[in-house]
Amino acid sequence: MTTTSIVTGGRQTRRFAPVGPRRHRGDRRHLGYTVVGVIILAIMLFPVYWMVNASLQPSGNTLTGDFFPVNPSFAGYEKAIADQGGHLVTSLVISLGTVVLSLAIAAPAAYALAQFRFRWISIALLVILIAQMIPGIVIANALYSAYNDLGLLNSIPGLILADASHAIPFAILILRASMQTIPPSIVEAARVDGAGHVRAFVSIVLPVSRNVLITAGLFAFLFSWSDFLFALTLTTTEDVRPVTLGIYQYLGSQVSNWSAVMATAVLSSLPAILLLVIAQRFIAAGATGGAVK
Amino acid sequence: MSSGIAGASLQDRKTGQRSSGTDGGAPTKRTPAGAGRRSRRFRREDLIKLGFVLPAALYIVLFFGYPVVKNVTMSFQEYTTKTFFTGEAPWVGFANYVTVFSSQLFTPALLNTALFTIGSIAGQFVIGLALAVFFKRRFPLSSFLRAMLLLPWLLPLIVSSATWRSILDQDSGVLNAALGSIGLSGVPWLTSPSVALFAVVLVNIWIGIPFNVTILYGGLQDIPDELYEAGALDGATGWKAFRHITWPNLRPVVSVVLVLGVVYTIKVLDIILGLTNGGPANATQTLAVRSYQESFVNFEFGVGAAFSNILIVISLLFAIVYLRVNRRAVDE
Repeated sequence: MTTTSIVTGGRQTRRFAPVGPRRHRGDRRHLGYTVVGVIILAIMLFPVYWMVNASLQPSGNTLTGDFFPVNPSFAGYEKAIADQGGHLVTSLVISLGTVVLSLAIAAPAAYALAQFRFRWISIALLVILIAQMIPGIVIANALYSAYNDLGLLNSIPGLILADASHAIPFAILILRASMQTIPPSIVEAARVDGAGHVRAFVSIVLPVSRNVLITAGLFAFLFSWSDFLFALTLTTTEDVRPVTLGIYQYLGSQVSNWSAVMATAVLSSLPAILLLVIAQRFIAAGATGGAVK
Repeated sequence: MSSGIAGASLQDRKTGQRSSGTDGGAPTKRTPAGAGRRSRRFRREDLIKLGFVLPAALYIVLFFGYPVVKNVTMSFQEYTTKTFFTGEAPWVGFANYVTVFSSQLFTPALLNTALFTIGSIAGQFVIGLALAVFFKRRFPLSSFLRAMLLLPWLLPLIVSSATWRSILDQDSGVLNAALGSIGLSGVPWLTSPSVALFAVVLVNIWIGIPFNVTILYGGLQDIPDELYEAGALDGATGWKAFRHITWPNLRPVVSVVLVLGVVYTIKVLDIILGLTNGGPANATQTLAVRSYQESFVNFEFGVGAAFSNILIVISLLFAIVYLRVNRRAVDE
């Protein structure tokens, strides 16, 4: 970290120097920053590299692998898919369900909070902010007995409903922030033409908000995919088992096969890695637009 | 959308206040005109408008409101496995709280929660701020590198836990191998009660850095360049510029990051369960872990609820601090 602060100190000096001469010297220095940036990133992402590396080492109960997977072995992946393939599918179904449910609930509410003139908007926003701060274990404690009575334990709908609690407050907040920027005039134009609130919402607001809906949906997916607490507390049998719980089970019983554990970890990381690479724009928008987890 | 959570919520407050101001005016204007058919139309429209928020309101009541209330009532009941068969949960007054406070694990859990929270936040914040300042500089690939930095935050926590468990493994983990290669002896990171909490904090710092970088970077972006240009004329560059320009202007965002950090760190459960399960020898027990274990390992839901209520009270205190800080930030 010391290198960073030294560099930043220097950087600021230069930054505020007169513009003229800086331009010429700039390029090489900028490349220097890039090099430092790459080094920082390499340090930060080393654990991710190590996860991939360990997943490709030959099966065994020790981790004494090489620094590079010189002779990659896919035995870990074979075991991971055999053991955890079904759990990955379960996670996928639950996560997609959470996306649909969260957007269906959050989008109309966000629009109403952004554009309708309710008197209690500041109170509603306060409630949403506080809801986001409630510890998950509090929700799990209460849901367990309620789910037990309703027969929702060990069920996919039960987990979708619970996982949506990770996503809905966040989705309302970022959707609202974006929907506030929609000029009321375009909605009013449609209403003058006879469209009701619902029509105007579906045919104008939703299409205009496409990007932020994608962002909210991606985060709903990632939050649900990452959920561990509800998977742990709201399932009691093997019937419905998301992959996060599968990894936990691996860690508890069977660290005798590290390559299978790490292969499962890599497979469970794929959504985050893929989305960060192909949908970076949307992820970055969510991260800066109020993402707090 | 460059302003980060702090900026976003600040904006919310501003516009929230502004729109509630106009609201105050609207109905008074409307009422005198609202006679006969018109008022009925208004009522129908109001119903449709309410329909937009109804599902969300219902969800929030059922999945946030109900659990909080239920935790309060449960904490005054003898709520165990038996309850699920007999349906009986006798009221026991403060007995669960007595159990909690007289438990041998209460003080260590409280202390660990404090150490875990303070340690994590201090590390995340200092490193996060340094990286945010570094990435404020535009250079080739800077925005790509900054985006990639988000990865640790987006990975499932249990995946990070598994990965770090392999890295920190005493006998064959890469960290001890690296220490060994420079002649240091290996550290029993997760198996020794004296270092386990430190190791868990280390992992949580790694996970929290991206969040801190993102929000603080957003805050830095909002500081006008002219301030630095003016400062440079007065000789404020480098550290001086940071001390006299960056820091004072970043203060509101800093407060928000720190308070939110506390709220989100005291409830951390996944990482600790994945790394140590509260062990070794209870060295990494926190209030959240206690609550989980009482409810879902010992099936003492009443005691678990009492633990989580303590957690709620602490969160609520910081939530109030957050809201005050936020409001002050708006006023400034």
